This record gives sequence, structure tokens and C-alpha cells, in this order.
Amino acid sequence: MTLAPERPTRAWPIVAADQYEGSRIPQPVPTILPVPPGLQDSDDVLRINFGPNHPSTHGVLRLIVDLDGEQVVGLSAVIGYLHTGFEKTMEHKTWWKCITYPERIDYVGYQNNELTFVLAVEKLLALEVPEKATWMRMLLCELNRIHSHLIFLGTAALELGAVSMFWYCFRERELILDLSEMVTGQRMHTRYFQVGGLAEDIPEGFYAQCRQFVEWMPHALNDYLALLDRNAIWLERTKGIGVLSADDAIALGQTGPNLRASGVDWDLRRDEPYLAYNQVDFQVPVYPEGDVYARYKVRVDEMRESTRIVDQCLRRLERMKGRPWIADDRKVVLPPREELHTSMESLIHHFKIVTEGFRVPEGEVYVATESPRGEQGCYLVSEGGPKPWRVHFRAPSFVALEATPTCVHDTLVADLIAIVGSLDAVMGDTDR
Amino acid sequence: MKYGDLPGFVEEQEAFGETTVTIETPRIREACEQARDELGFSMLVDLVATDYLHWGGKGVSGYIATASGRDLNFPSTQGLQTLPELKPKRFSVSYHLLAMRQPAARVRLKVWLDDGEAVQSVVPVWPTADWHEREQYDLMGISFEGHPNLTRILMEDDWAGHPLRKDYPIGGEPVRFSDAE
Repeated sequence: MTLAPERPTRAWPIVAADQYEGSRIPQPVPTILPVPPGLQDSDDVLRINFGPNHPSTHGVLRLIVDLDGEQVVGLSAVIGYLHTGFEKTMEHKTWWKCITYPERIDYVGYQNNELTFVLAVEKLLALEVPEKATWMRMLLCELNRIHSHLIFLGTAALELGAVSMFWYCFRERELILDLSEMVTGQRMHTRYFQVGGLAEDIPEGFYAQCRQFVEWMPHALNDYLALLDRNAIWLERTKGIGVLSADDAIALGQTGPNLRASGVDWDLRRDEPYLAYNQVDFQVPVYPEGDVYARYKVRVDEMRESTRIVDQCLRRLERMKGRPWIADDRKVVLPPREELHTSMESLIHHFKIVTEGFRVPEGEVYVATESPRGEQGCYLVSEGGPKPWRVHFRAPSFVALEATPTCVHDTLVADLIAIVGSLDAVMGDTDR
Repeated sequence: MKYGDLPGFVEEQEAFGETTVTIETPRIREACEQARDELGFSMLVDLVATDYLHWGGKGVSGYIATASGRDLNFPSTQGLQTLPELKPKRFSVSYHLLAMRQPAARVRLKVWLDDGEAVQSVVPVWPTADWHEREQYDLMGISFEGHPNLTRILMEDDWAGHPLRKDYPIGGEPVRFSDAE
């Protein structure tokens, strides 16, 4: 087994030079930008509703915007239109059935959400997962990260008028969905991760097709850069817009690409490794500018790094053919199908797990992973029974939207679209 | 500085590799400030309330395990029933803090509350707490003293009750826009 070269220990956090003086977080409410006192009685200030159904709000986000001409002078966000009570519903399902829910919370980064929940349950159970399952989970999560960033890139560019970007991004997205369908039977919301490992073995032919994708993806990324990176309109509309300083980003709890675009070198995959991320080699892209352009650059670079991780996972997995993909723990994991015909024990276990569900020891855990949108956390409380007592998801999109009023400092209404797009919030994740 | 030096420190527990520090309810803001400034927990990643009403009550058979842990797969292993440990008060509010350094450090600060009891808001310490606290107020009915804008966030403004409480009825949601209206 080869380990990645040891990384030097550093003092944290490495923060870039200040993007602006002091803090721009509005007072007294950090998430409401108030109209300045001089303009409050002005007839020129127009209050408009931006959303909840507006094509560039990524779902159902409502922004109440105060405009002085084209200038944004006040802003507050109204969320909750997509609240579906996932947390409450999960309290009434067995652990086994709960796995389907997290994917639907952040419906773009579904695989990562599923992973977070499954890891949290495994932490409570103190369950060992076979190596093959760990590497396959990593592979699928990185594919999912590319998928998520492709949707970000496609829609963010579309909103600023670069229509063709959308088609290019969805061309590669389709390749990922095909891979997903091949492995899991589903294009999205796969429910492929089980507590203890994977639901099924990796099918024949997956490696070859995935290898093709890994070889193609860097060329596709070059295509994207050729379309956008020297496009004067794109640069004009993203550079210096929606600036968020490193200190404000930390105070506002920003994580993931939004934090790294503000110059904070922090990635849970490297700094608090889970799965086998300490055994793969990858870079963490960090940009100090804190603007829309930096957020776009971080995500494009991350796609390149994710492709490298997928490649390394593939090399490992190709050598693991025939190895187990799920833990052999009969109190938690369904017995193999063929055993049901010959073993009474297996039949009983199967019956108990399907009807009553497996029991999880009493306790509480918080597990965090680096989802495409940032720190995806899952807080679980178990009473010792077959159903969770409390499930809570720390949704990165929810937190990302808190930064909108800080980012819109001195911007025009057209920039607002670029800013909301660059924070990459998924409304399902925000409202849960 | 150690966790024991935080203002209002009650106890420190290790479980599942995670540290939980219980803090006296009235001193949570002070404790958070100290944790941020003295212990380097620069980021509040999550704030979550839990309702422990009927915890360990009727219908809970507990968890069957062995004295050494969770290993029932060997034939003829003796199983022991464990019942959940009772909680001091009905609600807990947990603050998950992250220190961005090598190696990363996480801690969970925890306070206990009865129904109707308020807890200090930590918005002055971490602005990100704004929406987290509004969410817990909305869904769990915890009131945060000193929050600048404590209103509902996910449910509608005129919603009655707090859906994530254990005594919130399931089903029976009135049908809107029905013929009877």
C-alpha cells in the first residue's frame, strides 16, 4: 500500500491579505441589509420582490431588494418555500429507510449527502467498512462533486448570458449520470450506499467506461476555459463583484468553495480526512480575491482535482475485483440472497432487519464531510432503538445564503444574479 | 486554556471520539466568546436543538448489546439490555464549533433547557448563528434572548406550534382550499 507523501504541518488558518477594510456584515441583523438612513424616506427607493419563482434564483428563493435606480441599497432573503420536513420524517422511519432522504435534501450533491448520513450511522455502530466500499464511495462522491460543479457552472454562466456553456456542461453531466445508472440503477438519488458498505457489487464494464470519462474530462475542462476564461463579458461581470473577505467568511460560517475563494485554505478532505482521502494525492485550490470570479475558478479547478481522485480510486478498485463490498455483520447488514434458501438464521436476520430495522446504540454524533457546497454535517441522536431520535443536517447552502447581504455591498441589480449564482445554494438543501 | 476553564463549565464527556462540554445555560454566550478567542474555535458550524420529551419512556426496549460492546454475532453470546440514560432537562441546544488548525479540532458545547426557558443568543459572537437560531426557534420553539430578529424562517409566519417537538401532532393537517371553506 502506498501512502501519499506526508504533508508539512502548518499553522491555521492561512488567510490572504484583507480584501477590504473591516467588516461588511450588516448590523444589527447580519442577514438583512438595511436601507441607509439617508434614503429611507426617499421616493426613489423601490422595493421589489426578486422571486420566489425567478429562473435565476435556483429554485424558490425570494429576495426582497430595495433599489435606488439600479443600485442595490437593501436586501433580505426569505426562504422556506421548499421546506418539506425531512428531519421530522426521518424520526419516524427506521435507520434503513432513512438513507433515501438525505439525497433528496441536496438534490444536486446527492451522493455526498447520502455518504454523510451513512458515515454518521456507522460511527454510532462502530462498524468497519470493507476497503473496496470505501474507495468506491470516494469515487462516486468525486464524480458527484464534478456533477454538482457542472450544474453550477452551466447555470451560473447561463444566467449571465453564456447560453452555450450550459449545453457543454450538461454534455459531461450526462456522462456522469450514465455511470451512475450503470452502477446503481438510478441516474440521481441512487441509495447505493448502505450502512456497512455498498448495496451491490460494482458491475463489469464500469471501470472501462469510467476510465473513458477520466480521460475525456480534462479536455472538456479546457473547452470550458476556452469559452469563459478570456470572454470579456464574463470577466467584466464576475471580477471584483460580490467580494467577501476571509474574516467575514469565517464569521458567517462559510465553508467549501465559497470559503476557499475568500483565501482560506481549508478543505475537510485534506484537513480532517474521512474515507481514504489521506491516501490520495490532490491539491486544494485557493483563490484570495473573494469575488464571483474566484468562486468560479475554485470550482473549475476542483473538477480537475476530482478527476485526478477518480483516476486514483479507479486504479485501486481495479485491483479489488472479487473482494467484499459490504461488512459481514448480520445484525445490521442484510444476509446474501442465496443464504435465505438454506439457512434459518439468515432468514430470521433478513426478516428482522426488513420489518423492525436494526438497532443503533444510544448516543449522539456529528459527522462532517466536504460536500460540493461545503461542510455537510449530520447530527444524529439515537435512543438505542430502530429509529433515529433526532436527525439534523448542517446544510452548506443554508449558510451560504446568509452571506448574500454582505456580498451585495455597492452592487447593481444585475450583479445580484451573478452573486446568488456564485454562492451555489441549492434550495432543497437550504429549506430541508 | 482547557475546556474546564470555560465560564459556566459543568462537565466534559468523551463519546464516539467527540468531546461534549456542558455549560450552565445563563453563561453560554460568555463561554462561546472564550472558546472563540482563547481556544481558537473560530467557526460555529452548526447549532441544533433536540427535544428529549418521553426519552427512554414506554415502548423503548433499549439496545441489546454485550458488556464489551456490540458483538452478538458469535453463537451463544449473552446479550445485556441497556436503557437510555435520562436527561437533566427537556431540551438540549448543541453548538458545534470548529478550530481551523492542524490537526482540526471540534467540540460540542451543550446547554439544557426546560420548556419556556430562554437561552442567550450567540449572534454577537458569530453572525452565522442568525439563521441557525431562527431555525431552532421556528421548528423547536427555543427562544434566544438578544437575537435581533427572532422570527420564523422555514415555516409560514402565522404557523401554530413547533413541528420538530416530540408532542407535535403528526397528521391531522387541515386541508386548505377544500370545498368546506
